[in-house]
Amino acid sequence: MKEEIIIAGFGGQGVLSMGKILAYSGLMDDKEVTWMPSYGPEQRGGTANVTVILSDEKISSPVLDSYDIVIALNQQSLDKFAPKVKPGGMLIFDTNGIHNVPKRDDINIYPINAMEATLEIGNPKAYNMVVMGALLEAMPYKLPMENVIKGLKKSLPERHHGLIPLNEQAIEKGRSIIKK
Amino acid sequence: MEIQDIIKEENKVYCKPELLEEVHMHYCPGCSHGVIHKLIAEVISELGLTETTVGVSPVGCAVFAYNYIDVDWVEAAHGRAPAVATALKRLWPENTVFTYQGDGDMSAIGTAESIHAANRGENIVMVFVNNAIYGMTGGQMAPTTLVGQKTATTPYGRRVDLNGHPLEITNIMAILDGTCYVTRQAVHTPAAVRKTKAALKKAFENALAKKGTSVVEVVATCNSGWKMSPEKSNEWMAQHMFEKYPLGDLKNL
Amino acid sequence: MKEEVRLMKGNEAIAHAAIRYGCDGYFGYPITPQSEVLETLEALMPWETSGMVVLQAESEVAAINMVYGGAASGKAVMTSSSSPGVSLKQEGISYLAGAMLPALVLNVMRGGPGLGTIQPSQADYFQATKGGGHGDYHLIVLAPSTVQEMVDFVGLGFDLAFKYRTPSMILADGIVGQMMEKVVLPEPRPRRTDEEVKKQCPWAANGRTDKRKRNVITSLELESSRMEEINHQLQATYREIEKNETRWEEIDVEGADYLIVAFGSIARICDKAKEMAAEKGIKVGIIRPITLWPFPTAAIEKAAEGKKGILCVELNAGQMIEDVRLAVHDRIPVEHFGRLGGIIPSPQEVVDALEKKIIRN
Repeated sequence: MKEEIIIAGFGGQGVLSMGKILAYSGLMDDKEVTWMPSYGPEQRGGTANVTVILSDEKISSPVLDSYDIVIALNQQSLDKFAPKVKPGGMLIFDTNGIHNVPKRDDINIYPINAMEATLEIGNPKAYNMVVMGALLEAMPYKLPMENVIKGLKKSLPERHHGLIPLNEQAIEKGRSIIKK
Repeated sequence: MEIQDIIKEENKVYCKPELLEEVHMHYCPGCSHGVIHKLIAEVISELGLTETTVGVSPVGCAVFAYNYIDVDWVEAAHGRAPAVATALKRLWPENTVFTYQGDGDMSAIGTAESIHAANRGENIVMVFVNNAIYGMTGGQMAPTTLVGQKTATTPYGRRVDLNGHPLEITNIMAILDGTCYVTRQAVHTPAAVRKTKAALKKAFENALAKKGTSVVEVVATCNSGWKMSPEKSNEWMAQHMFEKYPLGDLKNL
Repeated sequence: MKEEVRLMKGNEAIAHAAIRYGCDGYFGYPITPQSEVLETLEALMPWETSGMVVLQAESEVAAINMVYGGAASGKAVMTSSSSPGVSLKQEGISYLAGAMLPALVLNVMRGGPGLGTIQPSQADYFQATKGGGHGDYHLIVLAPSTVQEMVDFVGLGFDLAFKYRTPSMILADGIVGQMMEKVVLPEPRPRRTDEEVKKQCPWAANGRTDKRKRNVITSLELESSRMEEINHQLQATYREIEKNETRWEEIDVEGADYLIVAFGSIARICDKAKEMAAEKGIKVGIIRPITLWPFPTAAIEKAAEGKKGILCVELNAGQMIEDVRLAVHDRIPVEHFGRLGGIIPSPQEVVDALEKKIIRN
């Protein structure tokens, strides 16, 4: 098993922390993991992306040319990374604000409306966990939910552990909105 | 009467401090450093700190201070003595740590280290020897050089428009919340020597009591650099230096 | 606390590793991309547990001189910074080497020259391995390629520093500093007691206990013949280190037609490139120097036998390549590939460079 994933969007969308929760969940599932951000000087705004690799084997390069799974959360990220999905791979993107949909028939494309689903939950902070739910549902590697919860607990500072049920709810919501 | 008849304990009125090494000092005859070294050696002995004191010597004339006072020493890069002393003290909180710095070390290249160590209130003693000139490198201008004073790099006298003003670094130290005791002394007369010793003792006691940083400035002569006899240097210092750098406590908490 | 598996950034891992090693003091100044080292230490508050001192200094210059003071007293002390800050530390590093003091310096390299960029780079290879400051000296330079090695090299760096009484450096880059990986944190060791420090470092300046002869830590010696002697002593230590401490990793060198030499996180990108080249039938082996000084010259010379060419991949304009060329004496072609300004090459770019610069030539 090896999943090479990039999550890309705006700073502030929770891209890096989603990557961290994903990586920690993989770690809790006894996988080798790497989390490699592209980092900039800004704390908010701008584009952010993070490469997460989950594998049974020791991981070589944390930097990749192409990905098994691309998650794009804005138009720039979609334009940049959709061509980098490996043939047979998977593209998940949030339809919100997207006017230019990529056309590739050699990959599986999952448009999701994560923003709308998040609004239904009623807490905008849960956005990245909705996306995470969609990923967990679509990803060939089935990460057991118990290890995702463990990953959440490890990733979030203890003062935020009260938010774990909300995150769980968001992940379940995300699972429900995935359709090819 | 033979000389042996005179050398007796009951006749002793003065002796070399126990911690002062029996070596020739490299200082020029008439230099103030020797007297200041002697006072520090006496204070360390009298306070019983021989086994727990670490000195930090500077770059400048006093770079070899470690050859003269019989305690552990670390020789610092130019201006960095207060940073070195910070670590020596923080890592060995029960030790007594002092820096010995000249005017270049304290008020030019090491201004940041000196001010920040004092501002953190490091429990150290900073001895600052201000002779208004760079002695070791051949008599160039120091930040504390007086206006009009001739040095190798101000051959026609220090000019404010070219070289700026003499820097009263000790006054700056006095306004920092981290300092507990800031004083300016001299060693040109027996009375002044006694006062300087008392000041050094208070500074070391403050460090022991962990009251914060103590700064003891000693306004001093450099007869070689000033190109005067030692006697004339003392006169010149009293006439000119004390006006800009008046003696006395600037802060005593 | 005992051994622990965690997911963390290289920079955070350094902080945890320092505490668990029993480090006595850390002195630093914030600079991207390594500020998490100081931030993590301040958050962990080790002065409450192990008694380790942590201090944010007023500058990199002050920080390295605090390290000099701490090292002079026999304590295990360290600092960290990134390229522009490490340039500022060079004076202090030279003094540490001159006074024969053990200490650990971490450089999480970013692109230069000047203020440069905050993105990753390996452009301080020359500075780290060829001196950096003034005078004839070397640092033991360790180049981690994983977050685990960031942890391991804190212990190794300190151990070697104390063994040879010389400063050692972890030369990392923004990639390994900023990336998160699984890491096994070792079981914490207690800090040495003051008595143990005095026993282990009888040369250190920490007070003349029991009226012993005084210790003076200095790099000054105006008598030329004695200064030459000190230099000979330093050089003898460096020869010992070269003999005993040269470290490197070889991956599939035997049977390969080509070699890639790369260090740090870039070696991992090359590892991926090696797999991609293998799919095209190109057999590549990798040598990853782990100590950049002492450099694995003999290992590279031996590995180069029978090979058709070597590609040096570095995040700089060609620095380590000079040492690789010296190692192989121009017997086979040695070419350089690197990206500058903080750009990280992808594995495909490495394969392309190998084909263009070595195979087709």
